[in-house]
Amino acid sequence: MFSVFRDLIRYNLEFAIGVVLVTVVLIFAGLSFVSPVDPITIYAAIPDMPPSAQYWFGTNSRGQDLFWQMTFALRNTLTFGLTVALISRVIAIAVGLAAGYLGGWVDRVLMFFCDIFVAIPIFPILILFYFVLRSDMNTMNLALIMASFGWPFDARLIRSVAVGLRHREFTRHAVFAGMSAPKIMLEEHLPYVMPIIFSTAMANMIWSIGLEVTLAVLGFTNLNIPTIGTAIYWANNHSAMIVGVWWWILIPVIIVVLLFIGLFLLAVSLNEYIDPRSRLRRMGA
Amino acid sequence: MKSYLFFVLRRLAQLIAVIFAGVTAAFFIAHLSPVSPVESIIGRVSGQSSYSPEAVEALRQTLTELFGLDVPLHEQYFNFLGRLIVGDLGPSLIAFPTPAMRIVALALPWTLGLMVVQILIAWFIGNIFGGLAGYYQNSRSLKAVGVVAIAIQPIPYYIVAFLIVIVFGYLWPVLPISGGFAMNVRPSFTPEFIFSVLHHALLPTLALVISGIGTWFLGMRALVSNVVTEDYVTYAELAGVDQRRIVTSYVIRNAMVPQLTALAMALGLIFSGTVITEQVFAYPGLGSLLVRAVNGGDSAVVLAVSCVAVIAVATAIFIIDMIHPLLDPRVKAE
Repeated sequence: MFSVFRDLIRYNLEFAIGVVLVTVVLIFAGLSFVSPVDPITIYAAIPDMPPSAQYWFGTNSRGQDLFWQMTFALRNTLTFGLTVALISRVIAIAVGLAAGYLGGWVDRVLMFFCDIFVAIPIFPILILFYFVLRSDMNTMNLALIMASFGWPFDARLIRSVAVGLRHREFTRHAVFAGMSAPKIMLEEHLPYVMPIIFSTAMANMIWSIGLEVTLAVLGFTNLNIPTIGTAIYWANNHSAMIVGVWWWILIPVIIVVLLFIGLFLLAVSLNEYIDPRSRLRRMGA
Repeated sequence: MKSYLFFVLRRLAQLIAVIFAGVTAAFFIAHLSPVSPVESIIGRVSGQSSYSPEAVEALRQTLTELFGLDVPLHEQYFNFLGRLIVGDLGPSLIAFPTPAMRIVALALPWTLGLMVVQILIAWFIGNIFGGLAGYYQNSRSLKAVGVVAIAIQPIPYYIVAFLIVIVFGYLWPVLPISGGFAMNVRPSFTPEFIFSVLHHALLPTLALVISGIGTWFLGMRALVSNVVTEDYVTYAELAGVDQRRIVTSYVIRNAMVPQLTALAMALGLIFSGTVITEQVFAYPGLGSLLVRAVNGGDSAVVLAVSCVAVIAVATAIFIIDMIHPLLDPRVKAE
């Protein structure tokens, strides 16, 4: 595991940049645990101060220190993204491995549902949920809803690998040795799809955080929870661009873009690592 | 030919299943809403002047009947399916009593136009440049394009649209950043109106193309760099086939087919992106309508938009899937 990581850093510039970006973002989010400021309090600092030595990211029109505000926002956004990724990974693994290994009508039924979920445009459905839930649309509920839509692409990918594994020698050995089907899937096949799970988890986080930011910016989530999206929402709400408080908008946008590029580079380079042909080409072999 | 027919029939069954599942989900989510459309209208009417309790009660009964809420939920559901087939989803609340479907029908062409143009531009340009970048892997300029694509691709639709509004709205105001056409132009088929529509569509399309093109570029580059190592490409190169011909008809053409599948798979997401972008540019399509309906508490319009979205996306995916076997004969055999 460690040698894989070392090789990736050494031979893959994209992976190295991705690791740096994500680490920076994680450390920044981690600062929220030592924050001297309560993220809910407003008018705790002088409003509309541009970035300075005292307020690194400036303050907003609600009198909040943007630096500490952003640490909380980023932490909540990341927690949300990780929750969605985790839950949807579990569904994707279960569906993908079962469809691939069991085959037959199980495969057909599961892939049928998969195709249905792929074809439904998520944004109108999310709005519909907000319409019903209103202020109950908190981070956890939104994460559950998004997770139930975020698995089908990846389940298909996992299935395609699992189909290939089913006919391999070791699977037959395991069957003859009396291993049960769930055990074969979890102990024999799961390790093979782990790289896919990692790389799709990154892509999934980009997707879910992107939608969360969008919903929040439109005002369709619980706006009292500080996230990157709600930060932009409040900036818009106070017409930050027109008033000239540009840092209030620019800083959350920069943070979220850095996070996305970091996650994306990790996903791409892991994908490349999965494919041995492109890996060899990169290492110059 | 017979196998193609079988393929079409199977996909048709799937199309119907997708639409059925989508609208069913939309109906039940919408009907969990604690906001009653009847009470909202009564609240609005009685806020303007006072009525006798009998009159309010009579109004409540009429409205309950009008919205079809006087029967149990499962019967409402079957009524809903029946009425959906004839395209009637009841009156809207934000523009009462205009039918919700009529409002949606007015907004739909704007969204479809934006989406079709966006896909055509982003998909073709992205695939052609991606194909070239995959084939000429040592080209400096194509490598630079790749870096730009990697930087832009993960940024969500909303942020790209937002940055474009900031650039063209505040820093360099040369193009219109909101609306579908100029306010002093009457909607009709005159050159003036058409020019105005195109003029206003420029920035939303630009935003959508920028956020969409990277995906196709990177996907195609990865596909082509695998196709290039195939034996038939090496053979063609050794046999002295013109390099331009190898790129266009041997390499890119073969790599194009999976990209078409990817387009069908990503259509739901692209549609969502179009809807989101419209809101930023105040474009008169489904996205702005949806946000307006949610803020106005209009369940009929929200439900109508969701249903139309599900049907439109599923149908578009179906059409793309129909083209697929014509390009790749292997699909038919399956």
